[in-house]
Amino acid sequence: MTIKQLEHLDRVVIRFAGDSGDGMQLTGTQFTNTAALLGNDLATFPDFPAEIRAPQGTLPGVSGYQVHFSSDEIYTPGDAPDVLIAMNAAALKVHLRDLPKNGILILDTDEFSKRNLKMAGYETSPVEDGSLAGYRLFAVPLTSRTETALAAFDSLNPKEKRRCKNFYALGMCYWLFSRSMDNTIKFLKAKFTKEPTYADANITAMKAGYAYCEASEEFQVRYEVPPAPSRPGTYRNISGNEALAIGLVAAASRGGIPLFYGSYPITPASDILQYLAGYKNHDVTTFQAEDEIAAVGAAIGASFGGAIGITGSSGPGIALKGEAIGLAVMVELPLVVVNVQRAGPSTGMPTKTEQADLLQAVVGRNGECPVVVLAASTPANCFEMAYESVRIATKYMVPVVLLSDGYLANGAEPWRLPENAGKLPEIRIGFHTDPKDFKPYKRDETTLARPWVKPGTPGLEHRIGGIEKQDGTGNISYDPANHQKMVSLRQEKVQRVVADVPDLKVFGPDRGKVLVIGWGSTFGAIHSAVRLAQADGLKVAQVHLHHLNPFPANLGDILARYDKVLCPEMNMGQLKLLLRARYLVDVQGLNKVEGQPFRVREVLTRIQEMTR
Amino acid sequence: MSLEAPVVDKKRFESDQQVRWCPGCGDYAILSSMLKVFAEMGVDREKVAVVSGIGCAARFPYYVNTYGFHTIHGRAPAIATGLKVSRPDLHVWVVGGDGDILSIGGNHFLHALRRNVTLKILCFDNRIYGLTKGQTSPTSEVGKMTKTTPMGSLDRPVNPISLALAAEATFVARTADTWGNHFREVMLRAAAHEGSAFVQILQNCVVFNEDSWESVVGREQREENALFLEHGQPLRFGRNKEKGIRLKGSEPEVVTVGEGGVTEADLAVHDEKDEALAYLLSRLDLPRFPMPVGIFHRIEGLVPLETGVARQREEAIKKKGKGDVMKLIQSGDLWTVKG
Repeated sequence: MTIKQLEHLDRVVIRFAGDSGDGMQLTGTQFTNTAALLGNDLATFPDFPAEIRAPQGTLPGVSGYQVHFSSDEIYTPGDAPDVLIAMNAAALKVHLRDLPKNGILILDTDEFSKRNLKMAGYETSPVEDGSLAGYRLFAVPLTSRTETALAAFDSLNPKEKRRCKNFYALGMCYWLFSRSMDNTIKFLKAKFTKEPTYADANITAMKAGYAYCEASEEFQVRYEVPPAPSRPGTYRNISGNEALAIGLVAAASRGGIPLFYGSYPITPASDILQYLAGYKNHDVTTFQAEDEIAAVGAAIGASFGGAIGITGSSGPGIALKGEAIGLAVMVELPLVVVNVQRAGPSTGMPTKTEQADLLQAVVGRNGECPVVVLAASTPANCFEMAYESVRIATKYMVPVVLLSDGYLANGAEPWRLPENAGKLPEIRIGFHTDPKDFKPYKRDETTLARPWVKPGTPGLEHRIGGIEKQDGTGNISYDPANHQKMVSLRQEKVQRVVADVPDLKVFGPDRGKVLVIGWGSTFGAIHSAVRLAQADGLKVAQVHLHHLNPFPANLGDILARYDKVLCPEMNMGQLKLLLRARYLVDVQGLNKVEGQPFRVREVLTRIQEMTR
Repeated sequence: MSLEAPVVDKKRFESDQQVRWCPGCGDYAILSSMLKVFAEMGVDREKVAVVSGIGCAARFPYYVNTYGFHTIHGRAPAIATGLKVSRPDLHVWVVGGDGDILSIGGNHFLHALRRNVTLKILCFDNRIYGLTKGQTSPTSEVGKMTKTTPMGSLDRPVNPISLALAAEATFVARTADTWGNHFREVMLRAAAHEGSAFVQILQNCVVFNEDSWESVVGREQREENALFLEHGQPLRFGRNKEKGIRLKGSEPEVVTVGEGGVTEADLAVHDEKDEALAYLLSRLDLPRFPMPVGIFHRIEGLVPLETGVARQREEAIKKKGKGDVMKLIQSGDLWTVKG
């Protein structure tokens, strides 16, 4: 055995790329969980095709998973990988362009046959034609090595053996970054309790990959990324969709009401339905509806019955729910509508991220139809914003639209857990039961909320509906002055939610040259860019919105204190439009709609241009 | 069977709202009968919720002093499903017209039935769009001249009974707006049914489609043209019940008892549990056959959705314990950073 050199690194970005059947998402998640348990800060970016199994070896079939792990605070999955693992020629073709020169490149040479090369669009093999000379290339026949390692597994056929190659690659990465395999061994044993042979085979493949690096002359250097100094507390790694589901449950539980989630499967929101379906012991009912309209309709029916009705979807589904959301506005029942945004319009690019449904959320319904709009900024923040959505919906008797996106939904980061459920914000729900002077639209003076009455309460029988209501009685009314009054009341009710919106905190100088404002999942890229700019001595500040309707009370003042305002968005300028309209400030857009999150570099470059 | 209903105090379920259907509309008769049915069901007002969609029929909840929800076009079965699943203690009725239930809401109708959620879905079927003033509906006849089909409708109508049966409904019936006692008996049995119940109500729109069902519903015509279904009884009709339906294999034919050696024993006997018979009956219509009315199909003992949902929740609690939010938050691999 050779003596290997150990190098310390502050941060590393690894990208696993392979065919969508190669298990890249699983491999990436395993590496991530191990990094999390080791105490690294981290952020991940799964990037997979919409096709479940596109034809093997083709470019559309390539699935990628990027993980950024670090010994200090990070906010994004990284602009570019330091290490690229390409399990076939197509994966190399798709991802090589992102790998900087001198980056580490691990290839499975078994997947560079003539046929593979042709499908990937290579005329000559990049492994042999010298085109990879600028990279630290490790060309390894991964597939055949995996098969050899599993020679003793008589019960597995060659195809089953080959399928373990992702764990062989994972073993190599564990060696390369000095990680223990224990956590993944534990995971595999738990996953395959009923088929222990599969667990053993994958563990054997992983250990073989590890041992190969240890023994091979090719690998002279291994790396170490020490743990990040985090705030004290208990952590777990969490994706946006899981955090969102847990946040909904925590809020309903705190409010002491049942949770009803009506949803129709849609990428990238389906996980929320799946998670919640597993939480039935938390007084959760999940309803996989026949369509998007039924999903929101059933949620509204549940809210009428005294549960918190919630529906979740992505843009196209939200479009279908529009009329029903209007009904919830009109009958003034609580409702939470989760939109895990994806690239649109129409079907768009279902597995790619975008934040182009902001205007749909704010104004995308018939009539004057205001709703509260909130947005989550990081995977873990999805917990807080989901909780907040339920709190506001029930306190003000309004629909709340919660915006997440594909990047948050599938991305993961360490979540510092709340110490106990009692420390979460209070949610006080009082169902009205007193028949004395009861009117269905008699309003709370502070919040303007109407009483929430559960059917079954004696003496409070009443009718609600989508036809304009007389204030107070809730009877049908076509009276002109009443309509004006009700439209204004519904608007005012949403506006009064501002009392529950914390003032924005500026990150950086109180006034200065450039303010960068964003919302949703662009937080990480903007924050990283602003920090880099500040480190360069630029007078740049950042605010990030979690409340998009109503805006925080101090937003107007803040916008006025900077020479220029930059608004990076993964759309063509939707927040920009709202800010300009509301505050008459000349907000500049930085707009990207590639289905990919911002790179830090892109935001930083723009900040530098604007400060010149 | 008598078509006159017994007298009950319907005032208990009357709301204070002024009823605003056209004078002579069949909906008045339905409302009056339903108020009696609610009273006769022996339930408290607050335990009843009426959910409707959009259309003339959908104004119904305003006129009943129970909990009511006038929703949006076609979606009442979906909204009512959410209500019933979260509140199994309520008696939930869904009201809509033929356009509401069978056209824009066709999908929800289908799925509410196949889920067997305990909703009573009443379709006030007048074969026309009334509230929008006279356009063709999904149950309008081929060739029907309306404002949108000045040269006659080309669409084949949907058969609501066949459709409900195909959607796995566990209770399927047909009655008519003005048939007090028949209406009452059908509704009381629907009310008692555990699972989804669908009732097509032949309803008269006096303004845009007057007497559309007269040949079946009318006092003079019904004995000849309506086949009153009774479980366990032979399929007989006619002024003196002299006619009947005989099956030649799966081919129905009208016969006269006492003619050509036909006896009552030759007639088909109605069996509410027989799905194939129910479907066959749903296809019978004028002019070749009388139109069957009453309960086509009813099966008991299937667990309704709301019960299944509640059971799964209980089972989850038994398995995992009552939900503890902190345990949920702390599930997965944890690590601790010491201060």
